[in-house]
This record gives sequence, structure tokens and C-alpha cells, in this order.
Amino acid sequence: MNQKLSFLLRLWRQKDGNSQGKFQEIRMKDIPPDMSFLEMLDEANNDLIRKGEEPVAFESDCREGICGTCSLVVNGLPHGSDPGTTVCQLFMRRFNDGATITVEPWRAKAFPVIKDLVTDRSAFDQIISAGGFVSVNTGGAPDANATAIRKCDADTAMDAAACIGCGACVAACPNASAMLFVSAKVSHLGHLPQGQPERERRVVRMVQKMDELGFGNCSNRYECEAACPKEISVEHIARMNRDYGFASLLGTERERGNSGAG
Amino acid sequence: MILDSKIPPGSIENKWTDYKFQMKLVNPANKRKHKIIVVGTGLAGASAAASLAELGYNVHSFTFHDSPRRAHSIAAQGGINAAKNYPNDGDSVHRLFYDTVKGGDFRAREANVHRLAEISTQIIDHCVAQGVPFAREYGGLLDNRSFGGAQVSRTFYARGQTGQQLLLGAYQSLMRQVGLGAVKLHTRREMLDVVVVDGQTRGIIVRNLVTGELERHEADAVVLATGGYGRVFYLSTNAVGCNVTATWRAHKRGALFANPCFTQIHPTCIPVTGDHQSKLTLMSESLRNDGRVWVPKTAGDKRSPEKIPESERFYFLEEKYPSFGNLVPRDVASRNAKQVCDQGLGVGETGLAVYLDFSDAIKRLGKDKIAEKYGNLFQMYDKITDENPYQVPMRIYPAVHYTMGGLWVDYNLMSNLPGLHVLGEANFSDHGANRLGASALMQGLADGYFIIPHTIGHYLASNKIPKVTTDHPAFVDAENSVKARQDKLLAVKGNKPAMEFHRQLGKVMWDYCGMARNEAGLKIALDEIPKIREAFWKEVSVTGSGQDLNMALEEAGRIADFLEFGELLVLDAYTRRESCGGHFREESQVGEGEALRDDNNFCHVAAWEFKGVGQKSELHKEPLAFDNVHLTQRSYK
Repeated sequence: MNQKLSFLLRLWRQKDGNSQGKFQEIRMKDIPPDMSFLEMLDEANNDLIRKGEEPVAFESDCREGICGTCSLVVNGLPHGSDPGTTVCQLFMRRFNDGATITVEPWRAKAFPVIKDLVTDRSAFDQIISAGGFVSVNTGGAPDANATAIRKCDADTAMDAAACIGCGACVAACPNASAMLFVSAKVSHLGHLPQGQPERERRVVRMVQKMDELGFGNCSNRYECEAACPKEISVEHIARMNRDYGFASLLGTERERGNSGAG
Repeated sequence: MILDSKIPPGSIENKWTDYKFQMKLVNPANKRKHKIIVVGTGLAGASAAASLAELGYNVHSFTFHDSPRRAHSIAAQGGINAAKNYPNDGDSVHRLFYDTVKGGDFRAREANVHRLAEISTQIIDHCVAQGVPFAREYGGLLDNRSFGGAQVSRTFYARGQTGQQLLLGAYQSLMRQVGLGAVKLHTRREMLDVVVVDGQTRGIIVRNLVTGELERHEADAVVLATGGYGRVFYLSTNAVGCNVTATWRAHKRGALFANPCFTQIHPTCIPVTGDHQSKLTLMSESLRNDGRVWVPKTAGDKRSPEKIPESERFYFLEEKYPSFGNLVPRDVASRNAKQVCDQGLGVGETGLAVYLDFSDAIKRLGKDKIAEKYGNLFQMYDKITDENPYQVPMRIYPAVHYTMGGLWVDYNLMSNLPGLHVLGEANFSDHGANRLGASALMQGLADGYFIIPHTIGHYLASNKIPKVTTDHPAFVDAENSVKARQDKLLAVKGNKPAMEFHRQLGKVMWDYCGMARNEAGLKIALDEIPKIREAFWKEVSVTGSGQDLNMALEEAGRIADFLEFGELLVLDAYTRRESCGGHFREESQVGEGEALRDDNNFCHVAAWEFKGVGQKSELHKEPLAFDNVHLTQRSYK
């Protein structure tokens, strides 16, 4: 287990959004198997710095799989091949000694490259801003236990709310669709009584914003679900489509009884 | 300098209520005219920005991340405390207040802590209204669990992702205000200086991390919610981007830094495995609800854990602290883990680990129930260590996690620089010398949702704030000093990555100012840190330019600040010749290694004034009075 590993890295280098990119090859040796993928990239960067070269720009923060900052396509797969894993939680023991590892940024029209492996994912914030919330101001909330919520609904809401907003779903989709991300928020709030008053308005506005920002459509390939580090289910997309259908047919401002979550 | 805490008069129960009536208000129509800068978008910053915008203020929110949702509050696992007493187990505002003052080893202000306990219940109400999916019972009501330092269950949680869900609630409220045009959001901006004009804090200098441009932003008041400084130890559970830069630069402009030596070493983290590590990972304290902490009774016992019979196991927390058992506060649990490892009883390859064992709980409750409560934590452990904690006990060891110290603030959460407010982990206010589990989320949200919206209005209404523009000499001067420091970093052109100096600093901090501190060691650290700093400025290599996205430059700037700040942290630890909470001076202990306070000499907040890099900072003391909780030797036996 303590045998050191060697790799050939192919790292995507791109000066900025307007420049052509290309791969830079770097040989890494003496990598301990319990080193994380990003720590291995740190080492590659330190080697570059020692040589006076610019390190490759890549983003990460929490390095424990929850902040959603890290965003690398490893050997063609967003976050690499381990299921349910962000790239910051990928360890070198998962690679064969001597392997070639290709590292690229998210590739999607709505996520333009800023530099090297860093992309601009602010489109996700804009989608949330369009409707991914409950319109409640600080101060006026009733007692937290005033409304009972069925445990199964709270649990399903939590399953959807676990989304970390990393964008792997978009990067994995052949159409660069953001349906899994958007549906996760629609489904999270749609499963709770607090989300009901704005349920139609929310789904319509979020979907409109998603379309406007250049994300593609869903063609049921489910690559998003396979790539999602939080294993968010495509069932949420089906629920969102249903909500969207109702809202489009019946209008978004329709008064709606609290008919439960669905 | 006299430190006026501005604690309002009256009984502890009525101070906040009465004070809210005493404070001046800003007319609703005038709020729009007041521009407020909020730096940081974690729990404190996002909740403050959203709430201030809801009130009508013109809010500008800044984050160095690509999105407000990335702030490290997102990684908080276990839960958030509130004195709801839903489980009917005897909780009350007074008990939460009492537990927090005692848990902090009597080094926090009573009035602040009581206010925090009062507000705790409103936070839960608000978060539920936002759609935070807290865990629930089959009857549909909210579930609670227990955390360290309390004998009641008052912790609300959303699986092992409570911080994520609370942050997303605050983030969504913030993004709603952005959509309404009430908040202008500035992402990928790093705050590098505060601007003081005629004694009032009137703006900030930020670097646009994509274009490299330095920007000046003016406002009527500035709110810093930029988190803690745990990364001064290099290895910690903090995100790799966490830094002291914003608070340190404010300190260099005159804001006092309080109790920097009060750092929290969390008992349950995945142990260090090698020099290559960039960070450590926490395993939530909530695991101590069901996990039992033990080591073999015999030093050097290398048998695998399942082969060690019950009679040869030392459940050291349960045996030493029968009332609180595995749920003693973090400082106590950490110190005891260190003690048993120092005695040679530690497990794993390095001997620096203890077991956290779930086999009893799995037998009692079944694997499914344990998976439901802690599934994501078990999975995280498995990924990092390649071991399945359902089958073998976790190995854990203490690691730096949270910093109780921070910029000094008064009861209004304002620093000694008028107009500069500091919230959340960035301030020093509520946790004393040790924070109880599940109280960080509570404090961040109390500050942002329910305190600053009142106190900042009072500041704006009671002070004359003349118009200022960003061509004022104070802005020019601040921008120039930021530019000069950046140019200096780029000009060193050495051959060592900044990370090497960070690791060196971290090692000195951990070896001499970690879980146990003594005079001789602290002197060594005070000697070593300036040497590392000097070497940094001679040998660091910062490639690229200041004109585009340059992460090496960003990182080097943050490390340069840690190299200055670390010295202050050690000086504070050196000066406080008592043990209290997480600050353990070996010279001051009682019984079997319990912290022994010296209330005659150290019952105060130590607030430091900057006097220049390498110059000795000046100490100012704010005495602490305990009128409602009797000062005693803490006991969890």
C-alpha cells in the first residue's frame, strides 16, 4: 500500500477565455497512494513554481466534498471515475501506477473558461436569483414546529437540497443542460409546505433563466446523475417537468391550496 | 485606550430587549440612502447582507469565491443549538446561556452570551420558514441530538450537512435580494484593506481576482464577516482558502485583535498521515452521541481493535467523566486524547490516534439507523482512509478547527474603529476560551440575521456621516499600500513556493502553540516566526503578474499575513499565563491535567493594538464580570 506511484499528467492550459488552449505534459513521481488528487496537483504546481513557471490555475476550497468549488474533468469524466465523489475526495490509490491522467476544465457554453482549469459558473447563481428561494424576510417566522412535515417529504427535500452547485451535471451532459441542478432546487422547496406559495412562479422563472443563459435541453441521457458527486436522482427532473407543465398550463399566479407535497 | 464594551444596563434577561427600544432607528425612506459594505458571504455575512437589504439599505456584498455559496460555513456538519426545549428535557434560555459561559471557561461576556441564547430560538424559526430541511420525527416535528458540554438535546441538524443547509438558506435569501436589485454582489473580489476617513471606516480596497484590478469602494459602514484564522497552523479542518487577511489588514489599520490565542482543537478529526497533506478532515462531534472513544489499556498493544477484549480497553472519557462521558466539551476531549497518546496508548501507524467505535451503537440501533444519522460522514471517512467504519472503529485525533479569538467588538458588534462591524468567527465575542459544538452556526446567524440589522441602524442614526468619494486621499493611500505590497511579493523572485513557508509556520505553531503550551516553547516560537518571515521575503517565488487571475499571488499574500499574525497569536499565548478552555499552559493545571484558570490576573479580554511588523503589540485589557454565572473551576466529572 505504501508503494510510491508515477503518472504522466496532461493538464489543460489556457491563458484566458479568448485564447486557444493546449495540453501541458508533466511527469509526476514518488506520489504516495494516500495523497489526494488535488494535493498531487499542488505538488505539480510547486514544481512549476520552483522552475519559475506559472502554476496551473485550478479551484478548490473545502477539500472535503461539500463546497462545490473543485471542478475538474479527469480522463473525460467530471470529478473522475469514482461514483459519488468530488475530485477533491479522489485519492491517488484509485489510479494505476504509470497511468496517463488527462485533466480538463468543465466544458459548457454557459461556463466560459477564465484561465486553465477555472471556469465561470456564476450562471448558477443567476438561476437561484431568479426564483430558487422562499420569499421570507427575517423576523416574522412562526414557531418552527407550527407546521408538521411528513418525514418522507423532509427526507426527499434533503436528498435534493444536498446539491453542492459544482456544475458536474452540466459538464457531463452532451447538451450542457442544467436540468439536474435546477430540478434539485425546485424539488427541494417543492417538497416542503414553506415552498408551496411560490411553487409555480419558482419553476417557471428558474427554467426561463436557465434557457436564457445558454444551457441546453434534457434528452434523458442521465449522464448528469452518473456524474453527480452527491448522487442526486434524475427523478427530480421528472418532478420539475410536471410542475413546469402545470404552471405553464394554469399560470404562475394561480392561488394554490396547500395540497401537500409531491 | 479604554475599551468600552457598551453593555447596556439592567438585568441580564432584559438587557437586549430594553436596548432594542433604546437604539435609534433609521427612517424607512432614508435606509436606501445608506450604503453598507458586507465582506464575506458565510453564515454571518450572507445573513447580514440579506437582512440589511430586506430592511431597505443599499447593500454591497463581497466574496473572494466565485459564488457566495462556497463560504466555509458550508462544511459545518453536526448542527445548530437552540433553547427550544422541544424534547422536554429541561432546556431554557438560561441553561444555554449557562452552558455556553461555562463551556467557554468564563472568558466570554455574559451579556453577549445571554443575547445569543435568547436569539437562538428565532434562528430555527426563520430557517424552517426558508425551507431548511432539518431532520424530523415521524410525527412531522423537528428532531434534536446532543452535543458536547450539555446535558440536554438542543441541537437541530440536517443529516451531517447542517452548515450546508443553513448556508444555502442564507445564500438563497441573499440571491433573492440580488435579484430584487437590493444587493449588488461582487464575487471574486478579495478585500485587502479598509479605508478610514476622519476616524470613521468608510470603505475597502479589493482586488478583482480575474482582472487583477484594484478597486475602491466607499460606504457609510463596513461589515467584516470573513471567518477565522485556523489556517495559521497550516493543517486544520478549514478550507484551503480560509485566511486572516481581511481581519489582519483591518488590525493594521487600528482595529484591536482580541484573544488570538484562543483556538479550538477539535477532538474528532481524521489523523495526519503524511507531509503531503493540505488539510485535515473533521468527523462531526455528533458522532460522539453514538460512538465510544477508547484506546487499549496496554501501551504498544498492536492487535487489531476487534481482537482486544472489552476488559482490556480504556474508555478514558467515560471513565474519567461519568456525567458527560463521551460528550465532554471539545477542549477536554482533545486534551485527554493527547494525554493517552503521550502515554503510548495511541493507535494506528503513528500512534497519534484513538478509536471512535460504533459497534455498540450498530448492535443496538442497527446499521440502517446509523447510516441515516451519519451516512455521509462514514462515507467521507471511508474515502479518505480506505477503511469501512461500519466494520472497524474510526481512528481520530485532534486538529485545529475553529478560532474563538478575532477582532475586538463591543455589544453592538462594532470594533474600536467607528463604522467597522465584525460578525461571526471573525469577531471574538461569544465563545470565550472554548466554543461548544453547534454554537458557531448559532452565533454566525444570530449576528447576521438578528443583531447587526438593529445595531448598524443605531450607528447610522446616531453619527454624522459626511459624504465621501473614492478619490479622497485616504482611498488613494490605501490603494497604494496594497499595490506596493503586491509589487513587493512579485519582486522577490526567489525559488521557493509560498506553501513551503506556510508549512514551516504551521509546524512551529502546532509544536509550540498547539494543544499544550509552555513558556519555553512559546519563546522558541517567538524567535522562529520572524526568521521564517524574513526567509519568506527573501526566497519566495511568486510567478506571473498582478494583471490577471494569479492564484500564486493570492496565496502568497495570505501566507505573508499569517507570518505576521502568527507572532501575535503566540505573544498572546505567552502573555496569558493561565490555562483556560482550549488555551492550555502546562504551568497552570490541576488534577489530572485539567485547565487551571487564574481569575485574579487573567479574568479579562486581551485586546492587542498593532505597532508595526516585528514591533511588540500593545496590550489593552477589558475586564470581565460574572454576575449571573458563578466563577468556578469547570467540572464535567
